[in-house]
Formats: sequence, structure tokens, C-alpha cells
Amino acid sequence: MSSGVEITRPEGAIPLAQKYSGLSEEEVKKRIIAYNPPADSRFPNQNQTKNCFQNYVDFQRCVRLRGEDYKPCQFFERNYKFLCPTGWIEKWDEQLENNTFPVKL
Amino acid sequence: MSSWCQLGFQDAGSYFMEEFIYFHDFTMMIILGVLSYVVVFLVLGLLSGWVDSGFVEGQLIEFMWTIFPALILIQIAFPSLLLLYLIEDFSKSFLVCKVVGHQWYWSYEIKTESSEILASVDCYMLPREGAFGMRLLLTDEFLMLPINVPVRILVTSDDVIHSWTLPSLGIKGDAVPGRLNQLNVTLSRKAMFYGQCSEICGANHSFMPVMLMGVTSPQFFMWLDRL
Repeated sequence: MSSGVEITRPEGAIPLAQKYSGLSEEEVKKRIIAYNPPADSRFPNQNQTKNCFQNYVDFQRCVRLRGEDYKPCQFFERNYKFLCPTGWIEKWDEQLENNTFPVKL
Repeated sequence: MSSWCQLGFQDAGSYFMEEFIYFHDFTMMIILGVLSYVVVFLVLGLLSGWVDSGFVEGQLIEFMWTIFPALILIQIAFPSLLLLYLIEDFSKSFLVCKVVGHQWYWSYEIKTESSEILASVDCYMLPREGAFGMRLLLTDEFLMLPINVPVRILVTSDDVIHSWTLPSLGIKGDAVPGRLNQLNVTLSRKAMFYGQCSEICGANHSFMPVMLMGVTSPQFFMWLDRL
């Protein structure tokens, strides 16, 4: 593996190529990556900053209201993990730990 | 990539770029027609030796030279606006790729299958000695994206403003710190595409190229697995 690439994968995860080996390209495409945060009409334009931030805030609020095991909260979690750069997420997580997050949750 | 003395566009690598090229050709035909028409009459008028003798108005000709240009502009406007709104349609993407600009390299983050994999790639320009004659374009690592899959690219920056550009795909997005700019692209062929940073960002602004490879979906997965 090249030094410029980092891959993080949960334990026990099957390599994707193995998971999809033997399938035609069409079938692979159907099962593809294919989580894409749905189009949000509150953020229809090119600037998606608020989309990312709002999903993060909504997830934090959902978890505080309903608990970590509440499954619908995962919708917000998936959305922000797909939209937000890792650096931003780490920064906000740190702010939450230090109680300096700019939004009242 | 462009070749020496290339005047026109690079071969299109995405469906949008094909449409941009068609629109450009269409508009250029109109422009050349109008230009020829104007130049011919201008030259004829200059060489004719005629002198204006109190000619003050001509209702019919003024009507014509108002209406015809307006009709031409309407003809240009329709495909232009159609394309403009088409490229802003983000509802059908399958894959999200985050592009982060740094001084002076690009990094890419791809997340797949609900958090199963997060791949992060840092791409530094290869020095002149390692560039096989393609100086200022090659990087040590490059981004791979599957073809015929609508991809949603979110561009941002870690420090100063950069701009992520791929001319052959017809995409360009400013990488602004604290902002996520969304681009939409569907690669149409398996090839290597090159671009360069397009916003002045410091000493090595000219030395942070973009390299992207269009591959089939299984090859994309293999790249993610680094087999």
C-alpha cells in the first residue's frame, strides 16, 4: 500500500472486490457504494456547508434526546459522515468534548 | 491533457463536457456567421465611396436589425440555460467524493457503503525527474472514479483558497476554507484526466496538479481495497 493512502475498515469487513467478485458490472453498479445523502431542498445550491453542519447538529441533538441506540438518528449520522470532511468532524468532536461547540444542543 | 499548440478543447471525458463542446460549436457557428456578415458589409461600405446625404431613418431596416439579433440571442439562450440547470441537478448521484485543498497538494476522501470504508489519498506532484516528460501534471497518487456513475464532488480547503479543475471533464470548483462547494460529474470513458490548481494559493500554486482516472466499477473497488 502506498504511503499516501489510508484506508480504515472495521474488523471483519469483507474486501469489496471479494464481495463483488463474480458479479457483472451492471450488478456491481446496482449494489454500488450507493449511499448518497438525499437531495435536501433546504440546500439546493452549490454551497453545501450548511447541509453538512445541519446534519451533524441534528445527529447530536437526536442522540441527546433519544439515546445512542435510537436507529433513526443514524440517518443524520450517515449524512454528515458522507458530506463533511474528516477534519471538520474531528474539530467539532473536539469542540464538543471541550464544551466549546458553537451551537446549543 | 492538452498537447502542444492545441487551440481547441481537450477530448471530453464527461457527458457534460460533450454538451459544453456542442454548445460551444453551435455558438461559434453563429458568431462566425454574424462576424462574416458584418465584415463584408463594413468593407463594402468603406470601399463604395458613397456619402451619406441626409439619410435619417429607415423603419424597416431598424426593425430588422433589432429583431434578427434578438432571435439569434434567444436561440443561443435556450441551450445555454438548459445546460446551466442540467449541471446543477444533484439528485441522482451515487458516490460522494470529498476534495480538500492544502498548500500545496490535494487530498481526496471517499466513503463507501455506510461507513464501511473511508479512503483518504494525498496527492503530491512528482518532481521533474519522475514526470516522464509530463512535467507539472503527474502526482504520486491519483484519484480513481468509476465511469458512468454520477459522482457528487464536494470541494473544500484546509488553508487558503484553491480551485479544483479538470478541463476535460468540464468541472471547476473553488476550494474555499469553511465552505463546501458541490460539483456533479459523470465520467464517460476510461482514461486519465489531468488538471491544475486554478486559484492563486502561494508559492507552489503551479505545482499542485489534479490527476483522476476513470475506471470500471470493479476496478474502482479494487483500488479501494488496494489489491
